[in-house]
Amino acid sequence: MNTVHSDLMTVIAGIGGVLVVASVIGFILQRRLSPNGQNDGIENLNARIRAWWVMAIAISLAFLAGRAGVMILFALCSFAALREFMTLTNASRADHNTLAAVFFIVLPVQYYLVWTSWYGLFTIFIPVWVFLLLPIVSVLSGEARNFLIRVAEMQWALMICVYCVSHVPALLNLDIPEYRGRGVLLIAFLVIVVQLSDVFQYVWGKLIGRHKIAPSLSPSKTIEGFVGGSLTATLIGASLWWMTPFSPVEAGLMGFVITIMGFLGGLVMSAIKRDRGVKDWGHSIAGHGGFIDRLDSVIFAAPVFFHLSRYFWSVS
Amino acid sequence: MRTNGWRAEIVGGAIAFFARAITAVQAVWTGIDPTRQRQRVYFANHASHGDFILIWSALPPRLRRQVRPVAGAEYWEQGRLRRFIGSDVFNAVLITRNAAERTNDPIAQMAGALDDGASLILFPEGTRNQTDEVLLPFKSGLFHLARTRPDIDLVPVWIENLNRVLPKGAFIPVPLMCNVNFGAALHLTENETKAEFLQRSRDALLSLSPAAKVTP
Repeated sequence: MNTVHSDLMTVIAGIGGVLVVASVIGFILQRRLSPNGQNDGIENLNARIRAWWVMAIAISLAFLAGRAGVMILFALCSFAALREFMTLTNASRADHNTLAAVFFIVLPVQYYLVWTSWYGLFTIFIPVWVFLLLPIVSVLSGEARNFLIRVAEMQWALMICVYCVSHVPALLNLDIPEYRGRGVLLIAFLVIVVQLSDVFQYVWGKLIGRHKIAPSLSPSKTIEGFVGGSLTATLIGASLWWMTPFSPVEAGLMGFVITIMGFLGGLVMSAIKRDRGVKDWGHSIAGHGGFIDRLDSVIFAAPVFFHLSRYFWSVS
Repeated sequence: MRTNGWRAEIVGGAIAFFARAITAVQAVWTGIDPTRQRQRVYFANHASHGDFILIWSALPPRLRRQVRPVAGAEYWEQGRLRRFIGSDVFNAVLITRNAAERTNDPIAQMAGALDDGASLILFPEGTRNQTDEVLLPFKSGLFHLARTRPDIDLVPVWIENLNRVLPKGAFIPVPLMCNVNFGAALHLTENETKAEFLQRSRDALLSLSPAAKVTP
């Protein structure tokens, strides 16, 4: 347990160090290029860095608080993400009871199942039970207009915002020999690699990005940014092997897989935003947009990372 | 300005926190500068019981301390809890809606509150909109107030999405993101008739709704 704690402190100190460097760079760029706040790109960069401090402090506190802290943090993230997603759906007043049940019953139950390590029900609760019961609750209102659209949107919202996100704290439940009690570091590995992949795709894209990778979905994503970002994140993943039960090569491969899933997840979520005519999912995180804007790549990476780790490393 | 004691402060803070937790309410300032401390009448669309709470929560604390909602006395004078929330927490200007039972002139009450330095939150539709119409026709109160106190800024405020959070007949609010959109202030102009003014102020409010942005 002691080595977990010292490793965790190393990780937190590392994140703090990276943020100090980022803040210094942001400060210099602002003094040089945007002394009166006239450069939107740099103002946005600094807003993002400030928000990163808040997010890093929040997740560090959750890690230090242990299992309960991690559960509460990700349950709150699910809540905020679900609130953003449902706002953009066609869910109408006929779905009011369904929505109330989704927010106040389904979400807490899913996190309760993670908390109690009830793996058998945790994996099927939403995709089997809720997917069947949810349209039943909605159909009782007697409103057929847009029915398939409304139900499908609410199911997808639950899948994305609750089911997938809950796989992050579920990493604490994996029983990996020689790695007991260190699950929180596995979460840190996932979050750090995926988020740094986003950051480096942004940085590489700003520095050398020329060719747009999916102009009709996400105007800011470039081939150069994608390749540079995912390779950098893969290398970072390999170099963080000491946090994980993986060897350096395995950690690099895992890093690569979650980076690719994160990138593709970001594309999917961009397509949804495009379809709904919004630029960001919300406004809660200054410079970044909403919670889903920050979580989108974690959302797609977490279940894959969870099941690969479970299949190849966990004993139960 | 408010001296209603620590209990009212705590309950007020708790209500604002709850409103934010459910709606993540964001104030959008398209027409006025929220840092300028001016006396205003905020007039808004009214579809939900939570409407004035949402405006109240979206205002910066300095403006919030100055603002008083105009509400129906019939509802807010029933029972100790409602009286505490209506009078102590929100410091509401309570007007009697049924003209036959009136002992006070509502316009005089509102003008009096303005003369004391307060800003007002007013729902010119007169009642909650439970129809499929986007906005009901305005009652004449806004016009009479504008004529009585012509210097006060009249600010249209569009409340977006709250009718989905708490639709008619529902008791449990559902968490969805809400915006409160503050438009540009307007005043009664010279020679403007009641009908013209009410039409103009209603159009100003409608122009802030998301539907107006899609089909200009």
